[in-house]
Amino acid sequence: MTATQPTATFINVGERTNVTGSARFKKLIMAGDYAAAVEIARQQVENGAQIVDVNMDEGLLDSEAAMVQFLKLITAEPDIARVPVMIDSSKWSIIEAGLKCVSGKPIVNSISMKEGVEPFLEQARKCMAYGAAVVVMAFDEVGQADTRDRKIEICERAYTLLTGIGFPPEDIIFDPNIFAVATGIEEHDNYAVDFIEATREIKRRCPHVHISGGLSNLSFSFRGNEVVRRAMHSVFLYHAIPAGMDMAIVNAGQLDVYDTIDPVLRTACEDVILNTDPGAGERLVELAEKFKGTDAAAEKAAEEWRSWPVIKRLEHALVKGIDAHVVADTEEMRLEIAARGGRPIEVIEGPLMQGMNVVGDLFGSGKMFLPQVVKSARVMKQAVAHLFPFIEAEKDENAKGKGRIVMATVKGDVHDIGKNIVGVVLQCNGFEVIDLGVMVPWAEILKAANENHVDMIGLSGLITPSLDEMVTVAEEMQRANMNLPLLIGGATTSRVHTALRIDPAYKGPVVHVLDASRAVGVATALVSDTQKNGFVSQTAEEYEKIRESRANKGHSALIPIEEARANGFVIDEALKPAAPAQPGIHVYPDWDLADLRDYIDWTPFFRAWELAGNYPAILDDAIVGESARGLFADAQAMLDRIIAEKWLTASGVAALWPCRREGDDVLITTEKGEVRMPFLRQQIAKREGRANMCLADFISPDGDWIGGFAVTAGHGIDEHLARFKATHDDYSDILLKALADRLAEAFAERLHHHVRTALWGYAPDEQLTNEALIKEQYRGIRPAPGYPACPDHSQKPVLFDMLGAGEATGIVLTDHFAMVPTAAVSGFYFGHPQAEYFGVARIGRDQLEDYAARRGVDILTAERWLRPNLD
Amino acid sequence: MSAIDAEALFRQRAAERILIFDGGYGTSIQKYGLTEADYRGALDLAKDQKGNNDLLCLTRPDIVKAIHTAYLDAGADMIETNSFSGTRIAMADYGAEHLVRELNLAAARLAREACDEAEAKDGLRRFVAGAIGPTNKTLSISPDVNDPAYREIDYDTLKDQYREQCAALIEGGVDFLLVETCFDTLNAKAAGLAAREAEAAAGRKVPLMMSFTITDMSGRNLSGHTVAAFWYSLRHLKPLTIGVNCAFGADLLRPYLGELSKIADTLILAYPNAGLPNELGQYDELPERTAELIREWTNEKLVNIVGGCCGTTPSHIAAIAKAVAGAPPRPIPELPVVTRLAGLDPMHIAA
Repeated sequence: MTATQPTATFINVGERTNVTGSARFKKLIMAGDYAAAVEIARQQVENGAQIVDVNMDEGLLDSEAAMVQFLKLITAEPDIARVPVMIDSSKWSIIEAGLKCVSGKPIVNSISMKEGVEPFLEQARKCMAYGAAVVVMAFDEVGQADTRDRKIEICERAYTLLTGIGFPPEDIIFDPNIFAVATGIEEHDNYAVDFIEATREIKRRCPHVHISGGLSNLSFSFRGNEVVRRAMHSVFLYHAIPAGMDMAIVNAGQLDVYDTIDPVLRTACEDVILNTDPGAGERLVELAEKFKGTDAAAEKAAEEWRSWPVIKRLEHALVKGIDAHVVADTEEMRLEIAARGGRPIEVIEGPLMQGMNVVGDLFGSGKMFLPQVVKSARVMKQAVAHLFPFIEAEKDENAKGKGRIVMATVKGDVHDIGKNIVGVVLQCNGFEVIDLGVMVPWAEILKAANENHVDMIGLSGLITPSLDEMVTVAEEMQRANMNLPLLIGGATTSRVHTALRIDPAYKGPVVHVLDASRAVGVATALVSDTQKNGFVSQTAEEYEKIRESRANKGHSALIPIEEARANGFVIDEALKPAAPAQPGIHVYPDWDLADLRDYIDWTPFFRAWELAGNYPAILDDAIVGESARGLFADAQAMLDRIIAEKWLTASGVAALWPCRREGDDVLITTEKGEVRMPFLRQQIAKREGRANMCLADFISPDGDWIGGFAVTAGHGIDEHLARFKATHDDYSDILLKALADRLAEAFAERLHHHVRTALWGYAPDEQLTNEALIKEQYRGIRPAPGYPACPDHSQKPVLFDMLGAGEATGIVLTDHFAMVPTAAVSGFYFGHPQAEYFGVARIGRDQLEDYAARRGVDILTAERWLRPNLD
Repeated sequence: MSAIDAEALFRQRAAERILIFDGGYGTSIQKYGLTEADYRGALDLAKDQKGNNDLLCLTRPDIVKAIHTAYLDAGADMIETNSFSGTRIAMADYGAEHLVRELNLAAARLAREACDEAEAKDGLRRFVAGAIGPTNKTLSISPDVNDPAYREIDYDTLKDQYREQCAALIEGGVDFLLVETCFDTLNAKAAGLAAREAEAAAGRKVPLMMSFTITDMSGRNLSGHTVAAFWYSLRHLKPLTIGVNCAFGADLLRPYLGELSKIADTLILAYPNAGLPNELGQYDELPERTAELIREWTNEKLVNIVGGCCGTTPSHIAAIAKAVAGAPPRPIPELPVVTRLAGLDPMHIAA
């Protein structure tokens, strides 16, 4: 299975904490300003360095002491210490001193055969004893390897020696020396080609090793011309990575995207790096003049707003979502206000709220969209986080925001993208939000509401059982004689459900909130002395009307279940798919995320952000296009990192079993014995010629096949979400969750494709574009429990048990049958070409009783499971 | 008997069934209600010795051996020596640094005797693990808030002291060395390297066992490492077992064992506390409850060797042995060859 091969990842090693490479770091270390030096390490990790290189090789420094001091200091910083360290020195004694301070598993950079084989192996043995991977320079007794052949020869020799003493090959990283090109010296022209070609060959000859290099050497001739240097580095990596280079010591924040480099410059760099002709170097040198200083000019224009008055700067940062200077600007504002005798809270009440009001107005009038609003909120949060200690210090008991709301995703449900978005939007508008998180039992919600003297409670949920849980919360609020407004939101909630089920359970105000943009209006009305009563009674009347019209209208007629069965769908037995090529259970513990990327259906992604329109047309939409493009670019950038740094793991299982139909049940022969899977049938009276559908109809009573699957792309997400939470970065938090959801759906699509073409194999030659896949122009369906064709969520545990899904994928089910991680999909495979999706919709009491008996549960349990389908 | 036999026998038995480790010593010692005079014995020591449990190996060997025997009778395949604080630096609190060698020798011999006697009764070979605690000093954390680079002890000193303890335990006849309750990963690395060096110097195979201790609900130890980062930091030492002990009861340890079980290509030893202590610091969890929770681990094939830590008694071990009898041992997974590095978090580089 090629798709499960590990992704060839590329590792950025942060180079800024290196006295030989960074003048600024050197200055700080020489001056003994270790606190500022530590900040450089932090920035590197924040900018995406996956390993931090530390080098203190400087003649005027006690390098050993500096190495030890610095490593001990960064040990105390969890934001830095979370990534491995690369202990970098040309002196072994410094390396060994460093090894004694590092608690994780570091990399030693570097050892070589420069002084001969014995010292080389001695140092390698010590690296093994301390537990470190090692960078081996392509250097031997003769000298540093410059040509392709010398690089290969030295590395292969080192590999044989190292593996000979039991050094794990995967812990060897070769640095075959990147040298400067375009120096004007002809012998240097082929250096980049030599490196790239040697890389390919070393990887072939020395299994499991990695290849690294220091990129800055390459562009040494263009010192001072950052544009050209960055372009050269990007072009070099573009060619070296496919050859097998998988690590580089590089300033992660300073790499350009290959495609975005000026095409003329890119070609010139390409010619130099690939050494296409003797004139290549000269051409780049000439061209380089043109780019000198352009970087600085562009930056200057972009930074013009920095010269504005601080109050305008804050507004600009909020509207544009720029967080680079917000803490400094907030502090400046605070000092300014303090100077005229004001209080820190005034920064929030004045300039920051003013800025957020601009954001709110733009959002309300449809000129700004949710992704930008969330970015603005991130800036706001950082500003508030900065002010918080000052505000705390002079605590004023009377200070109160616009209103206070406690929010929760109800018990049994784990979905919180929508809730978080509403929370952010409310906070942007001056509300204080107490977010209780997911899976919150009613008792905790009520307790938090009471203890915090909130003005309202907001409930959220995505899966249908949550609707019931919301009713429970409402009932308990009633039992506790509360009178707080109750806000209801989430994908499965509706005005009708709120009116029919939740509102009658609670005497206090109940309001269904359609989406985030309505939340502010509703919440504002509910805390307003003048508007509240009117709003509440108006809503109550509306819900009363809904109830009346439901009662009067009656429902479209239901027919008895026996009649519905007689009008079932009859499949053409001749079209029944053949037996699967590979029956049984197939587990995919780690599907390649890069492979899934192509299967993403982007339209629902934009919908999650409340941007209406279909992908890709939405990107050019006159109204939301700009916002969609920005969001899409951010999503792509994050997706790059998700894949490259393996933030997420996609685990899945698919199975194909023999089965036969018995009435509305499918009897499935699994590894663990026969399982009865009852399905529900449409009972609404149909027009002549339309069948009353049931999924069992697509299975032959004379022996057939059925499949099941469960996939997730959510493993690993928590640590990254925690990271975003820690930096008040709701935007990235929501973005990552939305992308994980998309990857899970893409995985379901991809796996279904694999089933059709290989595992079941009834469509071996299927060739469909992603667009065609999204439009489901393939044969067979994959309905999911809890969705319209099989609305009973409680089928999930049965399906999971058949699949061994818990063990295979790590997905667990809550007591309300929600899947955790939330980025997960599960369902059945039906292969018959006439199989199609449909909605069961309302069912009658007769089918409910029959279904309960077939499921072997009491009627109350079945009623609870199927409530959305009952009158 | 040679130690090569011990490792081979241990591995062979671990392939057949879940092995049983012993339980807590502190709780058992407490029951004897010992006085300063019991602890001190005939030794001439300046400081108070009450609470210096390791010292009992010299002053009340009868009690230490009785506890060993009680655990063996309860069904333990392996017991640990009563030497958790047997390093110079830990003994300094009692002014008993000069007794380190003697104490560890005695600890090893007592456990050895108890095991040999048990074997003589039923023919089943029992194993002795030399217990090595984390000491009361940390290599990763500064005790001085104003100087985060300050350390109370340096790597070489700590490693030397571990080495001294390891050498005495080996000389005393232990089968394995168990570096346990690792709250600081760098301490653990130093102890592991010391154990390896002591083993090489002794000229006989004494496999290493290592055990992680979670110190907060986020699943990290005191130096901040996740269980995976801890394992990657120590995997080069090729321990016979890796595992988790102390901190929580079996219920709260389960998710971490689930994680470790997938990534550890060696045997897993886990020994939880008897739940969480009550407000008086006592452990209330009944033997049957601990056993039931551990049985859940074995249902998921998360472990190879199980026992108990703080608050567990011979009754707990007997209940555990009964509960896991016949349960399948965890198969050791074969891992793909990828580069495994670690900061506080684990990191993989695909090959």
